[in-house]
Amino acid sequence: MLYSVYSFYRDGFRRMTVGKKLWLIIALKLFVMFAVLKMFFFPNYLNTQFDTDSERANHVIEQITMVR
Amino acid sequence: MVEQIDFSQVNWARAQFALTAMYHWIFVPLTLGLSFLLAFFETIYVKTGNEEWKRLTKFWMTLFAINFAIGVATGIIMEFEFGTNWSNYSWIVGDIFGAPLAVEGLFAFFLEATFFAMMFFGWDRVSKPMHLFATWMVAIGSNLSALWILVANGWMQHPVGMEFNPDTARFEMVNFAEVLFNPVAISKFTHATSSGFLLACLFVVGVSSWYLMKGRHQLMAKRSIVVASVFGFVAAAFVGLTGDEAAFEVSQQQPMKLAAMEGLYDGEVNAGAVVMGIVNSQKIAGDTQDPFIVAVKIPYVLSLLANREFNSFVPGINDLVFGNTEQGIESAASRIEKGKKAIAALAAYKEARNNNDEMASQQALAQFDTYKADMGYGYLESGVDAVPPVATTFYAFHIMVALGTLFPLIFLVLLYYIYKDELEQAGWLHIVGLCCIPLAWIASEAGWVVAEVGRQPWAIQNLLPVQVANTNLTTGTVQTTFFMFLFLFTLLIIAEFKIMLAQIKKGPEED
Repeated sequence: MLYSVYSFYRDGFRRMTVGKKLWLIIALKLFVMFAVLKMFFFPNYLNTQFDTDSERANHVIEQITMVR
Repeated sequence: MVEQIDFSQVNWARAQFALTAMYHWIFVPLTLGLSFLLAFFETIYVKTGNEEWKRLTKFWMTLFAINFAIGVATGIIMEFEFGTNWSNYSWIVGDIFGAPLAVEGLFAFFLEATFFAMMFFGWDRVSKPMHLFATWMVAIGSNLSALWILVANGWMQHPVGMEFNPDTARFEMVNFAEVLFNPVAISKFTHATSSGFLLACLFVVGVSSWYLMKGRHQLMAKRSIVVASVFGFVAAAFVGLTGDEAAFEVSQQQPMKLAAMEGLYDGEVNAGAVVMGIVNSQKIAGDTQDPFIVAVKIPYVLSLLANREFNSFVPGINDLVFGNTEQGIESAASRIEKGKKAIAALAAYKEARNNNDEMASQQALAQFDTYKADMGYGYLESGVDAVPPVATTFYAFHIMVALGTLFPLIFLVLLYYIYKDELEQAGWLHIVGLCCIPLAWIASEAGWVVAEVGRQPWAIQNLLPVQVANTNLTTGTVQTTFFMFLFLFTLLIIAEFKIMLAQIKKGPEED
């Protein structure tokens, strides 16, 4: 059962023509998105600045009660 | 003109989000619609056993795969932006959006891992009915997975089924059914998905028209056009109906957006809808200038559209900004006062909690509860801050409606020429068909411009304006990532265009 599922996917990928180029694009795109953009340019602001949910909540309350 | 643009950080963050969403939306509607067309094509193949239909299905499936592969995960970038650029918003709505977005992620993963694989790889490995089932599941599943993100968007336009928790600074879901069946979310889902069907039909018509122009694969092109025109006509009718429902919901929940869509400054009974017009860009709320340089109106139609009644009042921008006691409309200035009281009460509550003063905290909470419905207005400086960009909203709405009216007519003409068996000779119609491809995307993107620009200044309607939802970052940080995304997405679009064009030039595989 497991082998037939494996061979289904393996043969499917092997027979691809346009697909190989597409998989390369997908892999490159995901690498740029997660390993470059997310890692270096898009930190989760609240997670990196504060350790606990209580601190995060206090910060947000402070932000939304301080009329800009 | 340039000096009028506000280059502040919040606007760069908004521009970045708009850029990401608009690029993402280039891929999504084609996936939503083409998946159903594949299901129709394959159903005909299974019913007739005609191998030509299989060849046709496989050809469109390849284009579907290209679009899907290049577009996949482009939406995740919006989630990156939430955490970085919109951290206050992200925190505040976390409890509402967490569940729908998690369901979408899981649903999409299992769907893609099973039925997508069976659809692409399974032609010679599973039975015909099983393969057809997989294709239908991809179509139904792809569209259902769009439900969750549109539920989240609908909630931002009309927040329901929640309570604000002043201790956690979060909107917490109290009624899942109310969030899921929010009328704005439902009308958004039906309108967005059916517009995706329409766009995909126009794409199929466009590509097929190109084959007819070149005199290649004419049988496949004509068969594709027949199915796409029939489905496209039905989809266009449905887009019109759901658009009417969406406009009705907008008039009930976001009257300022409707006023901007129609460039209506002074509310009217028996209000007319503008068919076409040139907006006076110098006009501001409260002045005496004419809102239009030129405009053609159909009397009564806007009242009917907004309230389902001819003799009903449709509020204009001035009514909503300055109030209209006769119609029972409160001024924005009064709502700003209430909003400021809500914010002050929230601050007082927090301070009382920090001082363990139970009585003061209860008093502050009671004060907050009284005014919380207008909390967002408390962040505005004046009533005119509640007015969205009128010209952008007006033009986007009218472009969408004009194109949405044109498309079903094109489908009818195509069907007529097919019926008369004269489609191959109608060169002008091939050009029209080809032009449908860019026009379909213009209409689709314009729809989102109406939905999102028209609801400014709100990130969450009436509760949280964008400048408060935003993280306090430097403008340079956001500008850098804006241009990185611009580069990345442009690259992806070029890749999609090139690969798809190469595949179209190659045509269906000769078995």
